[in-house]
Amino acid sequence: MAEKVSLKSVLFNPLSRNNPVVVQVLGICSVLAVTAKLEPAIVMGVSVVTVLAFANVIISLLRNTIPVNIRIIVQLVVVAGLVVIVDQLLKAYAYDASKQLSVFIGLIITNCILMGRLEAFAMSNKPWPAFLDGVGNGLGYTIILVIVGFVRELFGSGTLLGYAVFPKWMYDAGYVNNGLMILPPMALIVVACIIWAQRTKDKDLCEE
Amino acid sequence: MENLNLFIRSIFVDNMIFAYFLGMCSFLAVSKNVKTALGLGVAVTFMLVITLPVNYLLETYVLRAGALRWLGAEYADVDLSFLSLIMFIAVIASMTQLVEMAVEKFSPSLYASLGIFLPLIAVNCAILGGSLFMQQRNFGSVWTAACAGAGWGAGWLLAIVAIAAIRERLASYSNIPRPLRGIGITFIITALMGIAFMSFLGIKI
Repeated sequence: MAEKVSLKSVLFNPLSRNNPVVVQVLGICSVLAVTAKLEPAIVMGVSVVTVLAFANVIISLLRNTIPVNIRIIVQLVVVAGLVVIVDQLLKAYAYDASKQLSVFIGLIITNCILMGRLEAFAMSNKPWPAFLDGVGNGLGYTIILVIVGFVRELFGSGTLLGYAVFPKWMYDAGYVNNGLMILPPMALIVVACIIWAQRTKDKDLCEE
Repeated sequence: MENLNLFIRSIFVDNMIFAYFLGMCSFLAVSKNVKTALGLGVAVTFMLVITLPVNYLLETYVLRAGALRWLGAEYADVDLSFLSLIMFIAVIASMTQLVEMAVEKFSPSLYASLGIFLPLIAVNCAILGGSLFMQQRNFGSVWTAACAGAGWGAGWLLAIVAIAAIRERLASYSNIPRPLRGIGITFIITALMGIAFMSFLGIKI
């Protein structure tokens, strides 16, 4: 990333063309596990955007002082510190959401998107572009999370953010919520469909 | 007996990949052929078996509320549990480093075959996830923690070897729509395998 990159592309590329989840296939674990409902998906997305943006800035500020040999440990410690802060904040202000997310807030530490961005971008760029890169990639991750959460909650429980969507007469007429959507494997299939749709649009992303 | 039950349950029912989706990144990235998949699987199992008991001891004697009681009565109400994330990841990262150095010293051939995977493991969510589940479930003893670690590791190994075998066949014998090739179809296969693994729910020994 030595060449001059425009700030706009740093912020917006990760949203579609270079999406961390469906194109680079990073950070899949949490996409699958927290998206049975829309609300935890949004909380998770916001947490990741925050942690990623600030971790990028901190590593970018430190980038000239970190010895190459122990950079992974330094990065892990910075990220872990930020995650602890987010975890404590969620426990204080959004206890229900933090209960639902259980271990997955802690697992932001090992989210590959974080390590990937810190290694590939923050280590070689100034703080401001690094901040935008963090926000962009965090948002790219959040978009996928929200799409999957939306589909799964809508068809799985017939609600969005806890509010009923389908009117009662539809249930009377024989409509049934698809219980399969709540189960973990369906998250994989929804993500596969997103990948399929995106690669049909952008042919050059296809493999072989 | 209880530990055996836990071990079997951790392999099939609480499978790291199919029930919790932990360690998916390396699961998807390193499953193109069986041999490397086996190497990574063994490395992950090894690390889970080592880090889970270590983190269990740390949790029980240092971090948990009141865990420092053995130091004296005045420490009885110290609660360090907010530090657990940092401590766990530090243990995992340093263990990875230690194991890497030990393997390099004592078995260069194993190092050559596992070499590239060992550093990757520090950021494998299955390892940290194992420690966090251990914390959540209040295991009774170090042995229970070790058994759970072994079970989760074996389950992860099983999953990655199985998917690598399927992908090897797919690459040569199937006609998949172009946009789905590679990662797309792998997601769908993993989902189908996950549904199959759900049939193990409720197994008791």
